[in-house]
Amino acid sequence: MFENLSHLALQQYWWFLVSLLGAFLVFLMFVQGGQTLISTLGKTKDEKTILINALGRKWEFTFTTLVTFGGAFFASFPLFYSTSFGGAYWVWMIILFAFVVQAIAYEFRNRPSNVYGAKTYESFLFINGFIGTIFIGTAVATFFTGANFSVNEYNQSKWDNAYHGLEAALNLHNLSLGLTVFFLARVMAILYFMNSVDHKEILQRAKKHLLYNGVVFVFMFLTFTIWLLLRDGFAVNPETKEVSLQAFKYFHNLMEMPIVALGFLTGVALVLFGIISSLLKTSSKGIWFTGPGTILTVLMLFLLAGYNNTSFYPSASSLQSSLTIENASSSHFTLTVMSYVSLMIPFVLAYIWYVWKAINNRKIDQEEIESDDIHIY
Amino acid sequence: MFESVDLSLVNWSRAQFALTAMYHWIFVPLTLGLGFIIAFMETIYVKTGNPEWKRITKFWMKLFGINFAIGVATGIILEFEFGTNWSNYSWFVGDIFGAPLAIEGIMAFFMESTFVAVMFFGWGKVSKKFHLMSTWLTAIGANLSAVWILVANAWMQDPRGMKFNPDTARNEMVNFWEVFLSPSAVTKFLHTSTSGFVLASVFVVGVSAWFILKRREILFAKRSMVVAATFGAVASVMLIASGDSSAREMAHTQPMKFAAMEALYEGKTNAPLVAIGLIGDPQDDPMDSTAHEDFRLKIEIPNMLSYMAFLKVDAFVPGIKDLILGNKERGIMSYKEKIVRGYEAQQTLVAYKKAKKEKSADEAVLRAKFDDPQWIDNYFKYFGYGSYYDPDPLQLEKNAFTMIPPISLTFYAFHIMVILGGHFFMLFLAILWLLFKNKLENNRIVLWTAVWTIPLVYIASEAGWIVAEVGRQPWVIQDLMTTSKAVSQIDTSSVMLTFFLFAFTFTALLIAEIKILTKQIKIGPKKEGRKQ
Ligand code: HDD
Ligand code: HEM
Ligand code: HEM
Repeated sequence: MFENLSHLALQQYWWFLVSLLGAFLVFLMFVQGGQTLISTLGKTKDEKTILINALGRKWEFTFTTLVTFGGAFFASFPLFYSTSFGGAYWVWMIILFAFVVQAIAYEFRNRPSNVYGAKTYESFLFINGFIGTIFIGTAVATFFTGANFSVNEYNQSKWDNAYHGLEAALNLHNLSLGLTVFFLARVMAILYFMNSVDHKEILQRAKKHLLYNGVVFVFMFLTFTIWLLLRDGFAVNPETKEVSLQAFKYFHNLMEMPIVALGFLTGVALVLFGIISSLLKTSSKGIWFTGPGTILTVLMLFLLAGYNNTSFYPSASSLQSSLTIENASSSHFTLTVMSYVSLMIPFVLAYIWYVWKAINNRKIDQEEIESDDIHIY
Repeated sequence: MFESVDLSLVNWSRAQFALTAMYHWIFVPLTLGLGFIIAFMETIYVKTGNPEWKRITKFWMKLFGINFAIGVATGIILEFEFGTNWSNYSWFVGDIFGAPLAIEGIMAFFMESTFVAVMFFGWGKVSKKFHLMSTWLTAIGANLSAVWILVANAWMQDPRGMKFNPDTARNEMVNFWEVFLSPSAVTKFLHTSTSGFVLASVFVVGVSAWFILKRREILFAKRSMVVAATFGAVASVMLIASGDSSAREMAHTQPMKFAAMEALYEGKTNAPLVAIGLIGDPQDDPMDSTAHEDFRLKIEIPNMLSYMAFLKVDAFVPGIKDLILGNKERGIMSYKEKIVRGYEAQQTLVAYKKAKKEKSADEAVLRAKFDDPQWIDNYFKYFGYGSYYDPDPLQLEKNAFTMIPPISLTFYAFHIMVILGGHFFMLFLAILWLLFKNKLENNRIVLWTAVWTIPLVYIASEAGWIVAEVGRQPWVIQDLMTTSKAVSQIDTSSVMLTFFLFAFTFTALLIAEIKILTKQIKIGPKKEGRKQ
């Protein structure tokens, strides 16, 4: 079935899947956002334990999505994998490091004889929440603003400056996406807590902080988006495959792909509705709007970067080295094999959904963290 | 493409990969095996309804959780290191190599991380049956992830199922099943996963022995031991058998590794296997054609090596010198010849790229070579050797002699692994026998041996990877790409910095893990109905 599709169709299919994974990743980063709020929302030891346990049942999903995102990118667009990871070395290393320390923090924090003390592990969670969101956001922004690499005729790549990716953080437009992701993650974390925690003081504080973080998030998001629509983009000539800068490229992409535009607007509306409804009413359902809204919005942003003859990983220093879904992809055969594998994704989503519901069917409260039967972080 | 590389960059990148992989491998095998041991225990609990088995399950599950977390922590870095530190490699073989990594994520990691959550947080929330199923799925998920990464690794040792495309300058997959079901992949998976089962069994047996020695929880410990020692004994048989097939596979696909593993300099018929050996002074470095075998001490099993490699007692096993210098009589092509042919292949690629750029008339002719099976078999097959080319024949021979993996490290690692493999098997049998005779409690020698076997099993398990990975140097993709060509072009100081960052962090985490584990073991299993 997939072998009959054209190479371009498979490339587009895989760009869609990678984008979808990226979109889920951003949504799941509510875990990271929550990790930066533990001492803000939790004042006593028990309150913190409740928050950490609410997040602790979910962190593996975010982590695994990140890992799979990396693997899927490698399999479908290996040239991106080799160019970006090998070139923007420091950005990725810092991100990875932040995830290394997260992975043990939950399990070790509360254990006797954990050598470094609970505070240290809590600070690991904070570091992960802070760096994970901002750096990933900044790195993804280079999909629109460009990076500094060149690729030779053997497709071997090298980075054109000595900062190895750190320079991306000096670009304000990149940074605005980093901060958008950071505050979005915190907003979603608050909505998630409102949905799954049953504790009066925590919920009171949550509402207050939802307002603060929500306002900053909206401001950052608008800054990033308006700037994006106004800036020059990296267009690919469909005939010659030559890359050039084109004014208002991303705005044009939006206009030329009405479904993407519609999806984007719907996504944004859902995100805002989730936040505002939670602020106005004592509803605990906000995450059900903001979460899917985030997935939709991020998905459309990724599509904007890759579809419609656009370079998804442009090189600012060597324009013709820019990566597109056509020149960076795997062979037709490999994409076909991987497309069969992708048929498993709905099953994976289904069991994740089922298990998520089963574990969250009861709100987390004081009683739960004193329970004898359940693993407590 | 073929410019010289900075050796210190290569060595630091290797050091970093070795460090992170070996740390990861401290935790992985316990996850692979303990997952199943817990699943057996919980099955007994669900079948018998005896709460004592629930207590047993939950104790080992707690240890599983602590170890699992740090396995995950050390794993993520490996996943991305192929890109960060081996970017040329990631492009050159990414079309084949990326797929297993992605499949691993989609198929295995999600399964593992979803059901591990049920295992820990699902008690009382989901039905007993569903919980049990989740425990099984966690164990299966862990072993599925092993399948895919090992397929990837086996492919590097024994590349097949692909074709080189000169336009993209990479190898492209043409046959998925040849990659997935290659004999190297199958033996590698069987051997590695069973090594995890043995490691976890030794762990459970050793910890239980400690409880018995301390006269605590004796019934609990004996029950755990029955499960683990049975599992361990069965797994040991499979481990030894699959190790033997690995060696046979290797004799065909990586004869140099095989020769290094046995420190065999001169090829022999009726070759004996060195059961125990002590290598003499290190040979003059670098080695040349006058080098010869030097053992201070060795105990041999006659004919065994020939039999192991080719299932015939009088088969010829090529030595290191036969491989480098060639052996016409036995039809072995010399490394010198391979280097010349590999160089020809590399130059053809360069010429093709040039012709394509200049749109010259040679373009089509050159392109056609890469589709010609005969040319592929005579030239492209040796592509990687070309990196050792030198116009001066004397220098070329010298270069060929640098293509030998570290011999004593490979030799000792292999022999330690094999000897210990025998020891573990005997230990499981002894424990089972004594349990059966009800004499274990007072046999302090066996009990202490079991405790002290825990560090040994970790040594055996790491040694296995040293054989596999050090033994294949200088190749990162056998015959096609050398390690030094695989590396990302970054400055050495960056790699040094990340090396020390990970060395420091992983060591700190390992210390915490060991402390926490030993503390949890000292606390012991929960008493029913009491909080701790
Ligand atoms: C034979 C088994 C085996 C081998 C050789 C490796 N791993 Fe591993 N890996 C596992 C078996 C495993 C596991 C048992 O499945 C782990 C350990 C703990 C865990 O959660 O899963 C794991 C965890 C783990 C994780 C975290 C997964 C998560 O999100 O839960 C990543 C990203 C990797 N590994 C990647 C790698 C890479 C890139 C390797 C090769 C260089 C590698 N592993 C070697
Ligand atoms: C977890 C178990 C593993 C251990 C303990 C291990 C160990 C090692 C060691 C010791 C080296 C350094 C060899 C040297 O430079 O002399 C190495 C290198 C390497 N290994 Fe492994 N390895 C493991 C699994 C894997 C797997 C599964 C893959 C591939 C999928 C892999 C790919 C590599 C690569 C790319 C290098 C770098 C190139 C090189 O130095 O050879 N390793 N590994
Ligand atoms: C007792 C007989 C054993 C034999 C004959 C044997 C043989 C081998 C061989 C030949 C290799 C190299 C495979 C290659 O490079 O392709 C290997 C690798 C390995 N061995 Fe063993 N081994 C034995 C026991 C053990 C034991 C007791 C352990 C650990 C508990 C172990 C763990 C490993 C591991 C982890 C690897 C690396 C993965 C692989 O390459 O398959 N082995 N073994």
